[in-house]
Amino acid sequence: MAKGEAGKRGKGVRSDCWISIEKKKSGGIALKVTSKVESMYGDSIRTTIQEGLKFFGITDAAVELEDRGALPFGLIARLEAAVRRLNPAEEKQLLPEMFSECTYATTRERMRRSRLYLPGNEPKFAVNAGIHHPDGIILDLEDSVHPSEKDAARVMVRNALRQVDFMGSERMVRINQGEMGLLDLEFVVPHNVHIILIPKCESVEDVKTVDAKVQEIRKRDRIDSDVFLMPIVESALGALRAYDIAAASPNTVALTIGLEDYTADIGTRRTTEGRESFWARSQVVNAARAAKVQPIDTVFSDVQDMDGLRESVIEAKSLGFDGKGCIHPRQIGVIHEAFAPADAEIERAKRIVLAFQDAESRGLGVVSLGSKMIDPPVVKRALHTVDQAIATGKLDEDWRDQK
Amino acid sequence: MKTDSGLVRNAAGRLVPTVSNGKEQVPYKGVAKYKPEGTKVAPPIASCKDYPADGNKVVKDLKTALKAAGLKDGMTISTHHHLRNGDLVANMIFDIAAEMGVKDLMWFPSASFPCQAKNIDHMDSGVIHHIEGSMNGPLGRYCSEGKMRGMGMLRSHGGRYQAVQDGEVHIDIAVIAAPTSDSFGNSNGLTGPSACGLLGFALADSQYADKVIVVTDNLIPFPCIPWQIQGNYVDHVVVVDKLGDPEKIISGTTQITKSPDRLLIAEMTAQFVREAGLMKEGFSFQAGAGGTSLAFAIFLKEMMKDEGIKARFIRAGSTKYQVEMLEEGLTDYILDGQTFDLEGIRSMRENPGHVWTSPFTSYNYHGKGNFASLLDIVILGATEVDVNFNANVVTHSDGLLLHGIGGWQNCLFGNCVILPIPSFRDRIPVLVDEVTTLCGPGELIDVIITERGIAINPLRKDLLDAVKGSSLPIKTIEELKTGVEKLCGGAPQKPKFKDKVVAGIKWVDGTLIDSVRQV
Repeated sequence: MAKGEAGKRGKGVRSDCWISIEKKKSGGIALKVTSKVESMYGDSIRTTIQEGLKFFGITDAAVELEDRGALPFGLIARLEAAVRRLNPAEEKQLLPEMFSECTYATTRERMRRSRLYLPGNEPKFAVNAGIHHPDGIILDLEDSVHPSEKDAARVMVRNALRQVDFMGSERMVRINQGEMGLLDLEFVVPHNVHIILIPKCESVEDVKTVDAKVQEIRKRDRIDSDVFLMPIVESALGALRAYDIAAASPNTVALTIGLEDYTADIGTRRTTEGRESFWARSQVVNAARAAKVQPIDTVFSDVQDMDGLRESVIEAKSLGFDGKGCIHPRQIGVIHEAFAPADAEIERAKRIVLAFQDAESRGLGVVSLGSKMIDPPVVKRALHTVDQAIATGKLDEDWRDQK
Repeated sequence: MKTDSGLVRNAAGRLVPTVSNGKEQVPYKGVAKYKPEGTKVAPPIASCKDYPADGNKVVKDLKTALKAAGLKDGMTISTHHHLRNGDLVANMIFDIAAEMGVKDLMWFPSASFPCQAKNIDHMDSGVIHHIEGSMNGPLGRYCSEGKMRGMGMLRSHGGRYQAVQDGEVHIDIAVIAAPTSDSFGNSNGLTGPSACGLLGFALADSQYADKVIVVTDNLIPFPCIPWQIQGNYVDHVVVVDKLGDPEKIISGTTQITKSPDRLLIAEMTAQFVREAGLMKEGFSFQAGAGGTSLAFAIFLKEMMKDEGIKARFIRAGSTKYQVEMLEEGLTDYILDGQTFDLEGIRSMRENPGHVWTSPFTSYNYHGKGNFASLLDIVILGATEVDVNFNANVVTHSDGLLLHGIGGWQNCLFGNCVILPIPSFRDRIPVLVDEVTTLCGPGELIDVIITERGIAINPLRKDLLDAVKGSSLPIKTIEELKTGVEKLCGGAPQKPKFKDKVVAGIKWVDGTLIDSVRQV
């Protein structure tokens, strides 16, 4: 008889489970459970599985579960993945309750200094990602997920979006390329995803196709909250068309670059100095600024090298980038620190902002500091610096009153 | 002989046996509520005339020594655990006892380890009747499953010293594995192929046992300096090829945790210590060799350097990290209870500021004070903590007895006791309604630091005030527990236990604070 299996098994597995469902002609549900949390959640696990099977209309089956401490959202995701493999025509989705901690919204302008990539099919990484407070958490469906696990990862990411508290981090998903990516959208757009990362963008079309699908789902499901886009440039062609890509949709809030694929595409290798990607990175900064979206740098992938990361962030900041990607929670603090404005920078910005306010209150068109006239762009940058200093905790929100 | 019968509810509301292994027990009365009357015990009077005038107490082998010490059925044999999971001596003793046909011994280790799992066979065959002491790993499981004939009895390091000096446990023969010894029996753990640092856990055994045997694999000419164990207590010295497996006695390098979540907890702990004003000139702290605890010490070290603050002493199980702080002048002293790596041993050998201590000086509740209560900051772990701040360190949430108490209970008397722990592990909540086994009363536990927030015991208004207005995520323990339960899919079921009490948990004063049931 037909059989569907999903999940992970074996000794090293944590916070996950493996489930197998074999359809039978009769005899009801024969459920065999082994769990490391049997004494605490054995009853709950059995109830969850029985109810899930009932939801999918499975009445006769031999079901085996090897549980290594999966949380409910992961357990249900593995069950659904097994059912879908058993019956590829299955269209119902077994949605866990949407937790109130998962319903917060985002804004177009928010800071995006750090974005933490997590493999979408690994529930154990998702659960505690929020405690490290990156600006954004990316549940990845693309490169970190094996082609044979795309279906399972989609369900896992959807359930994580519904039940994992990311504690204020922006909720991002990197979808797959092409058709598969459009299918991914069905599983994430209805579940309060904030940003869709579109991989390997090479044309306006690549962005517009995803945008259209997102809008279609939003309209169909009457979703009011914003779903923003962040295209990723990862090829020579993409880099050449960076501005068109950045400006392709009003829903795009940031443009970023992926250097592993890019350097391969231009026929070279990534180096620490990064001379080979200087042009493309500058191109992305200029394209993003021209299109009035945030330019975000690539990931720093050596998780041991904190000094290298710090230098890399300082360099990115000097090139004009607003953010950096990371793959390990310990990188987040370093990124935030390096992006934070320096003390002297903050002091100068404060003086400019005060002078600006003073000029405004007196109805003066020109801002001056001492004998020097301050140009509007300088004021704008100073306001930005002060905001950043407040956001990074380097300046109190009521700094004006503390004079 | 009293029979094991009846349970009584103690002051913590826990059911504990009134009699254990034939001895009447005092139920826990509360913190600082119980003091026994009378005098301490003493070993028999010895006379020089019975010992060689040349001071050479070396006998042929361990069997000869055990025979000379009068090994017989029903005796209590003690060992120490400074050789940790590399110890070979405890197994030798009971192999010899089996060979001699001796039965019903009580093994009284300061802790047991998986390398001694062989003694399960000796319990099955009747050589060992039961174990009183921490049982880690397979021995704990054996006890949990109700297979041990007698009742296990778990004590803290200080509680073990107290039990011996107060006469609750009478040691017939102490066998002290000594990495270096002279023929008189003076010995230490500082040098030799099985070097482990110090021998403090064997101090009570040497002072109070009827007979004391020192076993060494590094015999040196008299005098063995320093004499961590004094030869004047020793009856016989035995030389063997090998005391232990050096790689398992100490680790070449101790590792701080790599888990980002635990690092975060450690960092939050250091921040708490600073924000609460506990990190001040001349302060003291205790941090053990656990991964989170070491990481805390490293974060704290950076903060101390930033602010130019120096500690007076660190109470440790030492590792290279505490040694670095000593050598960089960030502390005047390390008061060391056990040494975990090669650097710790080297430092203790070379640096007069790295001091070897014992459970008598550091932990004994029935002494005229102890060092643990002088500590400003204490960092400890736990398997479970409940909403009343009560904590468990010996059993897992499924009730399996898998860990010892160590110095944990003794350190609860420090000024600020902080437990940096994850709020859950996989789907196992660490924060619960009620701990499975009570090891430490909540009134002595001040702060719980988890990845999801910090809970301060409401009894500590001073600490609550100290961190008011800081950026620390202060929450109530109920809030934290509710969050964990939501994540894990509701409150866990209560594990089902059998009626049989398999082990007792002693409080620092010798009373029974809880008992462990068969799983």
